[in-house]
Amino acid sequence: MSITYLEAIREAQAKLLRDDERVFIYGQDVGGTFGGAFKATKGLAKEFPGRVLNTPISEDAIVGTAIGAALHGMRPIVEMQFADFSSLALNQILNNAGTHYWRTNVPVPITVRLPSGGTKGSGPFHSQSMESIYAHYPGLIVMTPATVEDAYTMLIEAVAIDDPVVYCEHKYLYYHLKADKLPAEGLPTGKARIVREGRDLTIVSYSAMLHEALAAAEQLASEGFEIEVVDLRSVKPLDTDTMLASVARTGRLLCVGESFPFGGVTAEVISRVTSEGFHLLDASPQRINAKDTPIPYHPNLWSAHRPSAKSIAAKARKLLRE
Amino acid sequence: MLQTAQRSSETIKTKAAPHERFLEAFRWMLLARTFEEKLVSLYRSGLITGGVYIGKGQEAVSVACGLFLQKGDIFAPLIRDQAGRSAFGEPLVDVARTYLGSRQGPMRGRDGNIHRGLPRQGQLAMISHLGAMVSVTVGALMAKRFKGEKNFIGLSCIGEGGMQTGSFHEGMNLAAVEQVPLVIVATNNHYAYSTPNEREFACAELVDRAKGYGFEGYNLDGTDLSACLDVIGSAVKRARAGRPPQLVVASTLRLSGHGEHDDASYVTDEIKREPFAQDCLKRAEKLIVDLNLVDAKRLQGWRDEAAAQVDLAITTAQKEAAPDTNEDWCAISTRALVDQAP
Repeated sequence: MSITYLEAIREAQAKLLRDDERVFIYGQDVGGTFGGAFKATKGLAKEFPGRVLNTPISEDAIVGTAIGAALHGMRPIVEMQFADFSSLALNQILNNAGTHYWRTNVPVPITVRLPSGGTKGSGPFHSQSMESIYAHYPGLIVMTPATVEDAYTMLIEAVAIDDPVVYCEHKYLYYHLKADKLPAEGLPTGKARIVREGRDLTIVSYSAMLHEALAAAEQLASEGFEIEVVDLRSVKPLDTDTMLASVARTGRLLCVGESFPFGGVTAEVISRVTSEGFHLLDASPQRINAKDTPIPYHPNLWSAHRPSAKSIAAKARKLLRE
Repeated sequence: MLQTAQRSSETIKTKAAPHERFLEAFRWMLLARTFEEKLVSLYRSGLITGGVYIGKGQEAVSVACGLFLQKGDIFAPLIRDQAGRSAFGEPLVDVARTYLGSRQGPMRGRDGNIHRGLPRQGQLAMISHLGAMVSVTVGALMAKRFKGEKNFIGLSCIGEGGMQTGSFHEGMNLAAVEQVPLVIVATNNHYAYSTPNEREFACAELVDRAKGYGFEGYNLDGTDLSACLDVIGSAVKRARAGRPPQLVVASTLRLSGHGEHDDASYVTDEIKREPFAQDCLKRAEKLIVDLNLVDAKRLQGWRDEAAAQVDLAITTAQKEAAPDTNEDWCAISTRALVDQAP
């Protein structure tokens, strides 16, 4: 048996609907016989009648409705058709869900799934990575699973958490990643994982960029460098301890993210490691992000816009020489 | 077909019997007015930080919003709904606590003034971004339906300003798609902060939009308490009976600034002479006197009682501790997942 990252997301939702009557799925085209723009809810409307519901194209109201339902005992899962469109729900996510527990002492257990990140030919409005924006605001948990296993267990965990969770699933990984089977349990959210051990340089990454980082580490291994690769798994909370422990071993840090370069997750990682582990560093920490332009349509431009194994390896080589 | 239930001032002149809950409603209005006058006075003395936003002139609409709701219903009041909040069951002391920042209030000093609620008791805590609470109300009603509850409705308040937001539009449309038992009470108080109606919308009648959304729509003279009780009470009944979502558009004039920092000098003398500029509280009181519903002594007794309730709420909250900085500073309830930012 082999299961893809996308199938893991579907399976997690099927399990949640089966095990917990408070769960329902709400979003554009998720229901009927269609099952979502990416088929992440394929067959679920039939299997769970009345609990996988199509909505109008109303991102703000979709999330507002989920908030109201969550306040009254439900565990809604919202599917944004693309992460990019969640900008239309920012008010509900940031100002309503994100402030609610702090203001009223009543948490809002919603899960918002964001099909994130770039694929070839998707252009400026169907390729964005929004995790840095959501992590910037208080009151939200931001998950960025990079493996089939995490996609499955973290989505189940997201729905169990009493607070709002923004679950960033990467579209590039939907079909590219496969696992033999789904795990019963995973690492808890907030715990990063050392995916590859090394002693010369730490690469911290998450989501699809983890796989570019691993490919870069493989290239560099053939050149004699031992690269340690850390998968953040969730960007909020951010596992500073694991990053610091890794940098304590390697003395060098490169952080890789697919979102835009100003501020954001990679900047936060470098800020924390620098301020708390300055003495551990043998060279200035570095980061690579997408370029500071909208995401291009043409595959040639797109490949050059986002970090790749090649550009990560090049940056790492430079850092290793310092 | 669009339905309307307008009640003009003609009705009053014929001395139609007031609504059965007229006096009860009047007393909530009186309490709200008395309380808000006290808030204004505290604000002017520098004893309230931030802003004070009152519902002067809108108490008749507001009280009717709160009065017909029952336990298990959802109420999403907005900025000018003190009367409705009280009628729905919000303790006055909690309002004082929120304005004065007491730790014992529902918002514990973390949020202030009108940004308060008791979500567990069905009173949603508004955010400032207008229109946002419509869909939240829809979701709460869907949850009740999922859970198999019966005989519940939701009532969400908005102004003509908030009606122009995208969020409001999305929420209205979704409410009709989901066919939830919802009443939207929109009060056209003729100004969105300082902006008059002609720069807010260009349609002839806001209530005409009801048909476009799949709502049933009603116009209302918001200065006439009997009409407010009739029209909003009937809308609540229809929603409870399973009719499509209901939109009531009430006409009033905001008899204050947007907040107490605002002298409202932009409100024209001409508009102050319009019928909708009448003070609903004075109008209700006049009716009580004209029809001799209660005698002057009893009326004064009600005023004294309202003043005493207000004093008790304020003095109680004033004695309570303000928040100190020894906060846990956690914006999520799952303590294990709080990010350890430096």
